Amino acid sequence: MSNMIEIRWHGRGGQGAKTASLLLADAAFNTGKYIQGFPEYGPERMGAPITAYNRISSEPIRIHSNIYEPDYVVVVDDTLLESVDVTAGLKETGAIIINTKRDKEHLQKSLKGYAGRVYTIDAKKISEEALGKYFPNTPMLAAIVKVSGIMSDEEFLQDMQGSFKHKFAKKPEVIDGNMKALEMALSQVTQIQ
Amino acid sequence: MSIRERLSGNEASAVAMRQINPDVVAAFPITPSTEIPQYFSTFVSNGSVDTEFVAVESEHSAMSACIGAEAAGGRAMTATSSNGLALMWEMIYIASSLRLPIVMPLVNRAISGPLNIHNDHSDAMGIRDSGWIMLFSETNQEAYDNLIMAHRIAEHKDVMLPLAVCQDGFITSHSIENIELIEDDKVKEFVGTYQPEHYLLNKKEPIAVGPMDLQAYLFEHKYQQAEAMRNAKKVILEVAKDFEKLTGRKYGLFEEYKTEDAEMIVVCMNSTAGTTKVVVDELREKGIKAGLLKIRVFRPFPVEEVAKALSHAKAIAILDKADSLNGAGGALFQDVTSAMYVNNIHVPAINYVYGIGGRDTTTKHIESVFDDLAEIVKTNTVTNPYRYLGLKKGGNQ
Repeated sequence: MSNMIEIRWHGRGGQGAKTASLLLADAAFNTGKYIQGFPEYGPERMGAPITAYNRISSEPIRIHSNIYEPDYVVVVDDTLLESVDVTAGLKETGAIIINTKRDKEHLQKSLKGYAGRVYTIDAKKISEEALGKYFPNTPMLAAIVKVSGIMSDEEFLQDMQGSFKHKFAKKPEVIDGNMKALEMALSQVTQIQ
Repeated sequence: MSIRERLSGNEASAVAMRQINPDVVAAFPITPSTEIPQYFSTFVSNGSVDTEFVAVESEHSAMSACIGAEAAGGRAMTATSSNGLALMWEMIYIASSLRLPIVMPLVNRAISGPLNIHNDHSDAMGIRDSGWIMLFSETNQEAYDNLIMAHRIAEHKDVMLPLAVCQDGFITSHSIENIELIEDDKVKEFVGTYQPEHYLLNKKEPIAVGPMDLQAYLFEHKYQQAEAMRNAKKVILEVAKDFEKLTGRKYGLFEEYKTEDAEMIVVCMNSTAGTTKVVVDELREKGIKAGLLKIRVFRPFPVEEVAKALSHAKAIAILDKADSLNGAGGALFQDVTSAMYVNNIHVPAINYVYGIGGRDTTTKHIESVFDDLAEIVKTNTVTNPYRYLGLKKGGNQ
């Protein structure tokens, strides 16, 4: 299954990393792919480090284990960089996407010499501007779609519009803000290495 | 046309239950099966089923309520995991000995203690001799399909036994994956209506259920239970044949993956089978004759069939996701090796206890099992049949 893409999410409980992984699975499913979306359950508490995973493939996926050599890593909270080995096993042909304001110089130590592509995005700024609140998972979802090229921007936005209509059926007022956050993230995710 | 969906194993189980539309569901929440009654209760609230949902105060009561409902002549279901199943223990035996075809998704989780919410098969192994039919499921799809087939098997007049559909807690119960669903009306037609021969609410035939049964007849009644379990094998295959006509998906007593010419075969159950298939494919590309035998029907145990399927191998490894703590190997190992001995087949066999308490099982682990088997084939000696897979060095850390 050489065409399989494996993604590992690092976040903190309550930030929506698990939801983002499930939304990504949904979006890829809607483009006809085979998908897995699963969190690594532990003693879940608000603020505790959590890990979630995605596998996306054009063929049926049979493996059932965690992901140790991901193609992509998404870091939803940059305070995890000090405590979690986020680049562990990350393929150099892949990339890491970090939600941070920090520049390359300040990220270097946490990346432990990772030689692949590094992207940053200020999901806090985007989220606060688009939604008026800090929900980093929506911008990070757009960022991983952009960087991995799982689907085109247009396909993704169209699909997410549908998902949000369903997900926020009882509060449609937040749909526009979430769509805006996705669009901003698609254009603002930046390669720094 | 089937319906292309993406659901977790728990969602898939709840959807199957909605389509089956049983008369009674009685359940008490326990991780990781909680979502099944949770989703199902929303189907009750929004009227997509007309099931009587009983929110009981314990699993003992859940099984008791199912027994009452089933004895009355209804179709009853519940779902549980781990210590929930342990608390049902007394009633598990009552259900099977009263010949009540209750169907229960069992989302496998380690039995306490110490407390652990993650997957292994120690809960399921606790009821392996209780007279329940036990089907194991590699994926969300198999958990769903097994549930759709369950009532046809359990309620068959030659069987009349309760049935548990196992799947791995979190690994498949909480992972969103692709699935092909069957249309509601087709499921309804396939499952059919339950027409019990004898039931409490039949005013034309007053009966007692569960009276005292002493030296004169208990032995015979136990024999009848054992016969029913033996009969189940044939019924399971008949139902699978009809299911294949409906869906195109083929099920047997077990799945043989590239075993035909295999020299080394791994035997396991549930989600680890998928990971093993990936390794088998990798080894086959290198010209190594590896294969997998995945047990679907654990009870009744397909004794002759398993022995025959493994007879041509040069070495086999049986993976147990529960330690029987008995100095004599895991439950699956004992069943497989006993089946082979009785059928006069001798193939070097080793046992691995693995994945305890949710310890992740990777392709690397499975590769190491095939490496060990290759060594056995080469040397034709088994030094230690009782092994561990994925245990930290020395087991004392």
